[in-house]
Amino acid sequence: MRIGSRPSSGFLSWTIEKRLDAPRRLQFAIPAFSLVAALVTGAVFLALMGVSPFEAYSAMFRAAFGDGYGISETLVKAIPLSMAAIAVMLCFTMLVYNIGAEGQIFMGAIASAAVVRYFPVDNAPAMLLTMAAAAGIAGGVWAAMAGYLRARWNVNEIISTLMLNYIAIHLMDYFVYGPWRDPASLGFPMTAPFPDAARLPLLFGTRIHMGLFAAVFLAILFLVLIRYTRWGYEIRVLGENPKAAGFAGINYVRNVILVMFISGAIAGIAGMCEVSGLQGRLQHGFSAGYGFTAIIVAWLSRLNPIAILFVSVLIGALLVGGETLQIVMRLPLSSTLILQGLILFFVLGGEIFRTYRIRFRREDA
Amino acid sequence: MEIIIPILAAAVRSGTPILYATLGEILTEKSGISNLGLEGIMLVGAFTGFSVSLSTGSPLIGLAGAFAAGVLMSAIHAFICITLKGNQVVSGLALTMFGTGASSLLGRSYIGVTIPGLAKLPIPVLSDIPYFGPILFNHDPLIYASWVLVGFLCWFLVSTRTGLNLRAAGDNPRAADAMGLSVSRIRYAATLIGGGIVALGGAYMSIAYNKMWAEAMTAGRGWIAVALVIFAIWNPGRAMLGAYLFGGVEAFQLRLQATGTSIPAPLLMMLPYITTILVLFIISVKKGRGLIFGAPASLGIPFFREERD
Repeated sequence: MRIGSRPSSGFLSWTIEKRLDAPRRLQFAIPAFSLVAALVTGAVFLALMGVSPFEAYSAMFRAAFGDGYGISETLVKAIPLSMAAIAVMLCFTMLVYNIGAEGQIFMGAIASAAVVRYFPVDNAPAMLLTMAAAAGIAGGVWAAMAGYLRARWNVNEIISTLMLNYIAIHLMDYFVYGPWRDPASLGFPMTAPFPDAARLPLLFGTRIHMGLFAAVFLAILFLVLIRYTRWGYEIRVLGENPKAAGFAGINYVRNVILVMFISGAIAGIAGMCEVSGLQGRLQHGFSAGYGFTAIIVAWLSRLNPIAILFVSVLIGALLVGGETLQIVMRLPLSSTLILQGLILFFVLGGEIFRTYRIRFRREDA
Repeated sequence: MEIIIPILAAAVRSGTPILYATLGEILTEKSGISNLGLEGIMLVGAFTGFSVSLSTGSPLIGLAGAFAAGVLMSAIHAFICITLKGNQVVSGLALTMFGTGASSLLGRSYIGVTIPGLAKLPIPVLSDIPYFGPILFNHDPLIYASWVLVGFLCWFLVSTRTGLNLRAAGDNPRAADAMGLSVSRIRYAATLIGGGIVALGGAYMSIAYNKMWAEAMTAGRGWIAVALVIFAIWNPGRAMLGAYLFGGVEAFQLRLQATGTSIPAPLLMMLPYITTILVLFIISVKKGRGLIFGAPASLGIPFFREERD
């Protein structure tokens, strides 16, 4: 089918035609191309800022993959990223835009810190399981509220989840600046350090914590759930054709609330892993925007849970590199957001090559 | 009364950035394109407006620069959503990330610098009216300009041929196409100009409201504006009401903080966001009962000219 043609001034003209089916190789080529194109565009930005892009990128690469410490830091970032991305992926699969993973991460962290503060036990497994349960419920309920409003009252979930982000972030500030502040913290907004029983065990003597296993487990679990179960089929149908899903008797309201709850619970547990595994206390600004970056990870992975694990490592490396730029080149941390935005732009733009092909034609004058 | 007047005057001032952003988005959405990148566009507008005012010494040139920056930013969105027919939600998010990052990278050397900014321009006679004078007529010119813009948009969207064409592109692009209109050209124009207006809202923050630049200084106002478009049912007049309502919440909250209330600041700072959710909820319930219409029928749906529905 022809989708518009535009004769050019010369002899060459081009048409955009719809593809009957997308070639498989493009599924990898488009995200890979997007990453490269984003890095090249980012280089132009850096050059305009008077920073040598080559120097900046090689510093970033060395920081992220150069030595054992770099690799472990990359993985440390990939853990919350992949968990949040799985959370986001689940909602995106049924075309519910949960932009609130960041707030759900915060709620999970707050809930697990509350458990440590008010119900401490000495038994590590019991302590950690209670923390995870509290984090899951807190994040889940936070997201399910938006889910309920979306499903029952048609309230735009993009806006409600975003607003809930801001509320969660202020709620955490309330606790760490107020009642939960450690008197020994010299005025820093943070809670007292968690007791050992509330710390996730670390692996290989690095800062990598048990959350790594949780992330891999969740990826496999949701791959199976989405691909091979009736429930997974239902949410895929809801995403691809809500009308058909309605005729098939698939309950939209119940599924939206449920999926949002599960999504929020995963993000909440990611928040718990972050405070329990990595930082050992709740402190102001503990999440480096993982909930937002997760959206890029999920989109680049084309909503595939296993791909999410690998893409998380790549984007984790980008974040580690960004921190190095901040320290070495004094660039603000949020400037990695430029690269993140660019990656998304290119992925979106590249999508057209999956559904359409451009055909060039020579025309005789 | 003496306490309320400064709060209401502050409500008008702090509502203005949201008002510009909401008006810009209404224009864009009426053509059928939803642009969720307001937060990013506002930040780039705030930075550009500030840096240009600082280097030229003229807030007006600063505003022009911010408008141009907003047009450029939304051109990315327009290209992805109109020409490449990409996902509008994700493109808007990408625009927000990009704008947040770009503004903080470029703005790092401007932190802590202040400018004289836009001066107040009390309107003679009117500003002397008791109560109304100080609340409405003792502001900077950008506030008066926003009222003109509200009136202009009401007239433009309802009573002009171009405005009707724009709404046709947003409600029924196929019919607009059959009428011989170029849907993509209309959508491009609405997205670019809308983006420029949104950027003015950001520039208002750095040139007239705070008179300085700070990273992420819009603090979610772009997203509140997205919600206000729904609250306003795409009506510029109601957008003004909503923006001042939010300005009022913010002014009230700041006032409480300043008077040293026992309520901790972080809890007070949640107020605008909680209000946003409540407002959206109320509007959606009303809509569900069939009391409200007005969303552009083809909002967010790409238009394929050569395809059948």
